[in-house]
Amino acid sequence: MERGEIFALLGSNGAGKTTTINILSTLLKPDGGTAAVNGYDVLREPDQVRRSISLTGQFAAVDDILTGRENIILIARLRAVPDPVRIADRLLRRFGLIEAMNKRAGTYSGGMKRRLDIAMSLVGTPPIIFLDEPTAGLDPEGRLEVWKTVRELADGGTTILLTTQYLEEAEQLAGRIAILHGGKVIANGTLVELKKLFPPGKVEYIEKQPSLEDIFLAIVRAGEAGPND
Amino acid sequence: MINNTLVLTGRLMKHILRSPDTIITVALTPIAMMLMFVYVFGGAVKMSLPAGVNYVNYQLPGILLMAIASGIAYTAFRLFMDAQKGMFQRFNSMPISRSAVLCSHVLTSLVSNLITVVIIILVAFVMGFRSSAGILSWLAAAGIIILYTLALTWVAVIPGLRAKTMEGASAFAYPLLFLPFLSSAFVPTNTMPLIVRVFAENQPVTSIVDAIRALLANQPAGNAIWVALAWCVAIIAVAWFFAMRAYKNRS
Repeated sequence: MERGEIFALLGSNGAGKTTTINILSTLLKPDGGTAAVNGYDVLREPDQVRRSISLTGQFAAVDDILTGRENIILIARLRAVPDPVRIADRLLRRFGLIEAMNKRAGTYSGGMKRRLDIAMSLVGTPPIIFLDEPTAGLDPEGRLEVWKTVRELADGGTTILLTTQYLEEAEQLAGRIAILHGGKVIANGTLVELKKLFPPGKVEYIEKQPSLEDIFLAIVRAGEAGPND
Repeated sequence: MINNTLVLTGRLMKHILRSPDTIITVALTPIAMMLMFVYVFGGAVKMSLPAGVNYVNYQLPGILLMAIASGIAYTAFRLFMDAQKGMFQRFNSMPISRSAVLCSHVLTSLVSNLITVVIIILVAFVMGFRSSAGILSWLAAAGIIILYTLALTWVAVIPGLRAKTMEGASAFAYPLLFLPFLSSAFVPTNTMPLIVRVFAENQPVTSIVDAIRALLANQPAGNAIWVALAWCVAIIAVAWFFAMRAYKNRS
């Protein structure tokens, strides 16, 4: 993987996406073979690896009893970064959580929890971030929020490895995509390269109906824009 | 490592202070039990005790052990929740000591249980508990209570890490909660039927209760203190072994 790139591991349930992430984040020992993160071997230099990464697991791992702000301050203290409070406030503002910062994370919506989760992963600005199915279980709006966040991170120079089972998500976000099936990478390349693997599509004319997602988002946003009547 | 453990312990202490359920169960319930033992059963029990025995003094060690047994159920519960919610994953993928997470749970258990113990002793004092023990005896009694708390805490770590359901994580505490009833904690064992009596006199709670009671009454504790220590150390050693195994499997 290149620095500042978004790399997607695409695969269905049980393909080995989470296992890969767990090995790369030193939570699991590989049965064999080698893996290196930021130039450090996961088996021989796990401390250096852990210093280089942040893992956002499949379920938003936030402390429900603590407030959003306390969650970030907790991670900042553990990572021993200077001025945890200032860092927390900056991240809360960046992720649109300032208003809810003194509420317990347990009361947050799925999208807010995910944003808090990612904000916690950014404490100490690790160069590499693993996102394991960052949009699993989110509503369409929450998913768009997370996508936007991921793009901004990559624009800021963070390298991102994300797993997903949604083809659209990989297509939207990733510079390069690896397709994982039965524990093996069966295809690997940019979207353009992957598309070349298949015979060119034939041209057909179809009337494009709005998807239910388009309708949902249009209605919800119209509602938010301010109902005057 | 120490700094990380303290930060994580602070986090868990917030969990306790923000959970009225925990506070009611671990502090108010033992106090209610104590009120009941002293003011409901106490009069009747006193008749089978040697003359002049202060029943508040007599039952206090048993109440303390019950409070600790209900306290460590929450230790298991907190571990279970951290495992379920992916907090272990989060912490273990960070550049912090791996033992810090487990240590913070153990330390939280110890600190919170000792706070409960102090509160209960203060309430007992208001109810007429008096001790003629010197500082050394008090320290010895505190040492036994700390060892017992550690022993039960390490026992609690095992289901906390292994359980599949929330109920499974804390159900193990019920037998521990009732162990003081089958001991010398609230009534002398000599009125019990033979089988119950044999069990009562040879289970850990009796020696621990007898040792604490004797120490606080400034009387010779005799063998009880060594038997109590042996039980606590043995439980810690066995539970620690299985707890560490469960922890390694988890992470």
